[in-house]
Amino acid sequence: MAAPESKPRPAPIPTTKPFWDGLNEDKVRLQHCGDCGTWVYYPRRRCPSCLSAALDWREVSGRGHIYSWTVGRQATHPAFADDVPQFLAVVELEEGVRMTTTIVDAEEGDLEVGRAVEPVFEHGTDGMTLLQFRPS
Amino acid sequence: MVEYRPERKYTGERIFMLEQWADLAAGALADAGLKASDVNGLVCANIRESEQFVPSTVAEYLGWRVNFAERVDLGGATPVGMVWRAAAAIELGLCDVVVCAAPSRPTPSLPPNQPRAWSPFGASSNIMGSPQAEFDIPYGNIAQNCGYAMIANRYAAEYGYDPRATAKIAADQRTNACANPDAVFFGQPITIDDVLASKMVADPLHVLEIVMPCAGGAAVVVASKEVARRCRKRPVYVTGFGEHLMHKTPTYSPDLLHTPIGPAAEQAFGMAGIKRSDVDAVQLYDCYTITVLMSIEDSGFCAKGEGMSFVASHDLTYAGDFPVNTHGGQLGFGQPGLAGGFTQVTEAVRQVRGEAGDHQVPGCEVVYCSGTGGIMSEQTALIVQGG
Repeated sequence: MAAPESKPRPAPIPTTKPFWDGLNEDKVRLQHCGDCGTWVYYPRRRCPSCLSAALDWREVSGRGHIYSWTVGRQATHPAFADDVPQFLAVVELEEGVRMTTTIVDAEEGDLEVGRAVEPVFEHGTDGMTLLQFRPS
Repeated sequence: MVEYRPERKYTGERIFMLEQWADLAAGALADAGLKASDVNGLVCANIRESEQFVPSTVAEYLGWRVNFAERVDLGGATPVGMVWRAAAAIELGLCDVVVCAAPSRPTPSLPPNQPRAWSPFGASSNIMGSPQAEFDIPYGNIAQNCGYAMIANRYAAEYGYDPRATAKIAADQRTNACANPDAVFFGQPITIDDVLASKMVADPLHVLEIVMPCAGGAAVVVASKEVARRCRKRPVYVTGFGEHLMHKTPTYSPDLLHTPIGPAAEQAFGMAGIKRSDVDAVQLYDCYTITVLMSIEDSGFCAKGEGMSFVASHDLTYAGDFPVNTHGGQLGFGQPGLAGGFTQVTEAVRQVRGEAGDHQVPGCEVVYCSGTGGIMSEQTALIVQGG
């Protein structure tokens, strides 16, 4: 069997770079709107609630809970063939933003809506860090 | 209208999508009893041969001079979106005969030196600067199965989940497919237990709750009332429509459990001036069983959170008290690519014309259709009625 192709990796742009730089330092940073107070994820040029450009970066705990989950029993893409079963999740942080992620250090039974999770910083060899979560 | 019979293993001649467009348009116009020279509007979607300028490419290829040309980019919601755009353009007086088509048969394989436009990430965009490329794809959140599965699991946590109810949607629609000789699963009935025993693809979705891709294609002619009255088939009137979009990736949806079909359906029923109880059959976009369940609820046919018990307590077959996807749906009839969503429209037309054969709903005059693109990302609603 052929080796799985390499996984697609994030390519930061200037607007999003502070987020990825934070992960490299084991920190979760979110944008916060100075005009309407909305927490913003994924990072954007303007606030998706009021289109203000007054977004500043704030460090947050990265704690949250599983908003929803699934177990991918068939690879979602050939590059993820070695990750099956894939523990895919949407995690809602304490600030209310939701992110696409994967759950690690967990058994299938740990995957449930509402389960408390904490961040795991997966440092890649390419200088990028993905934000995963584990049950806390 | 015209529709290619869906085929799981297409063995016919492979022609390009522009060529399929020409065949489908000719077929639909012949069915209507109209000439090519009557056409003054077209609605297309993507074609393999051109990434941009598709409407003018189609017009040129077919030799049409049109006053209205639109390219719709709403995934599975595209066919319903095409029909209402055509109806709106006609209502505005821009045109009076509009052809909408979605060719979806396999095209010839290209020599290795030819550029390929289509992404290996399917509906997800892995182009730099796309939010999906940066924040979703690197985690393996790609394609549709897992997104719909996460919607289903969230639904389960908030409202409860009855796996036998969602399985019943697949089984009842298969009963419909078994009354439709054109369906890919004609002659292959399944039971609720068969669905539950089938392979789990992404919890809680079993393989028999997920559409079967196939080859096909369809075209529909939308015309003014005056033109329709002189056509050879019974006119089927577009009396209401709606559309609503709010996210591409469900992670970022403001409300995962109140799907965009809600506002779209509200608008459609308001425009048509009819009640849900006036509807004789519903043709609901059914990429997954959970899509059907949530479309029944959010379109207003039962209260929010009661979809599971509604499905369990109604007969969804063509002979039942709440007929759903009487052709078998995409789960039973097949999903011919972008034309998958056309199967709901063509079946609605067939039912109102009384041409549905063994799966005809007696006296079917009012049909509600939905279209769904992406992962409950964009949804369209359409009401058609006999005259």
